Amino acid sequence: MLRSMHEMSLAEGVLQSIEDAARHDNFSQVVAVWLEIGALSGVEPQALAFCFDAVSRGSVADGARLEIITVPGEGWCAACAVSVPLQEVFDACPHCGACPVQITAGTGMRVKEIEVG
Amino acid sequence: MCVTCGCGSAEVHIDSVSAAPAQAQTHFHTHADGASHSHSPAQTHDHDHDHDHDHDHDHDHDHDVVAAANPTHGLAAESSHSHSPGTSATRRVQIEQDILAKNNAYAQANRQALADGGVFALNLVSSPGSGKTTLLCESIQRLGAAQVVVIEGDQQTSRDADRIRATGASAIQINTGKGCHLDAHMVGHALDQLTLAQGSLLMIENVGNLVCPAAFDLGEAHKVVILSVTEGEDKPLKYPDMFRAASVMLLNKIDLLPYLSYDLQAALDYARRVNPALKVIQISATTGQGMPAWLDYLREGMAGAAAARQQTVQALKARVAELEAQLAAQPGA
Repeated sequence: MLRSMHEMSLAEGVLQSIEDAARHDNFSQVVAVWLEIGALSGVEPQALAFCFDAVSRGSVADGARLEIITVPGEGWCAACAVSVPLQEVFDACPHCGACPVQITAGTGMRVKEIEVG
Repeated sequence: MCVTCGCGSAEVHIDSVSAAPAQAQTHFHTHADGASHSHSPAQTHDHDHDHDHDHDHDHDHDHDVVAAANPTHGLAAESSHSHSPGTSATRRVQIEQDILAKNNAYAQANRQALADGGVFALNLVSSPGSGKTTLLCESIQRLGAAQVVVIEGDQQTSRDADRIRATGASAIQINTGKGCHLDAHMVGHALDQLTLAQGSLLMIENVGNLVCPAAFDLGEAHKVVILSVTEGEDKPLKYPDMFRAASVMLLNKIDLLPYLSYDLQAALDYARRVNPALKVIQISATTGQGMPAWLDYLREGMAGAAAARQQTVQALKARVAELEAQLAAQPGA
């Protein structure tokens, strides 16, 4: 429940970006939306998709197809001097077992592009 | 939702003042994101949705995530559009924008306003029932009510703000309705209604929730996460985003440790595993244990904010003097 409310705010953020672009770029129908969501961003893609569908009703993005591209989590282990994949923000380095690993990718969430009619 | 700036639920109330359905003409917020928005009344959603699109909208809907999440999605789309297949007129538009960009822009505006006022601002986050409000009241009583201003975030009621006001400090209540976190836009509206003295402390008590407030910068100097020893010691691992976003963890209700089977060391280890830089203060709002360390932290922050403000003013004055000297040196000035 709380989860999905969090995603509701994010879905509104997505819609705002699209509506801003619609004003700027003068289109009235969005066919598809591509989002890049980091695996470590704390966002539940299914909840975000559900919320986006709800907030976009009656907007330029009503009925738009939502494509979520997951950006894998990645970190830098200073001890090993290598990039390592991360499933969680607190994962230890898989090579040396040391914490912390500095997170270098996978925490962001962006509206990448849209297809408009 | 506020249609002009998308400021969130229409149910948001800031004390008696409704922050939400503000129409374009009453929308006075800071426009920190000036880049792509004009927010002028004339431009408010005037897209004339005539739905005469003739593109070959084939609706194959192969998006597994969306379909799984909401089976009605495809149906709604099919029924509400008339598709005349044939000419294809779709194009791609690059957006490349952070979903939180708008919140972050408001947060930056709040941060600037707080810096200009020499105010030290903290965003207090925790589960419900961790003892945030009691801790706040005790802190206010020890610091002096005149130096502290509180923004209280709850879904409903002004009970917490009433408790704060009883200490003599100013408090403003934001009711988020169904919203599970404060955002920077709500806080900006609350700031407009508050008088903050230089060197004072603003404590923003977020909605009790260890998930959502982690993502939303309010313009604070630091997030402070409060974990009480009556909760599980593994909460830092269960809610890592919040413990990672925080600079300080107050481990509260430690007076109860003798009565609990709480593994204190495990809690500290888990917290540091998620955030090695986390400053931890063990505290009891009831007995006062640990309060001196917490108050030192607050006073240091308040002095730092006031000093930074002084420095800015002095730098500006020096610049003014320099420019006046330059002007005076101009022939015919």
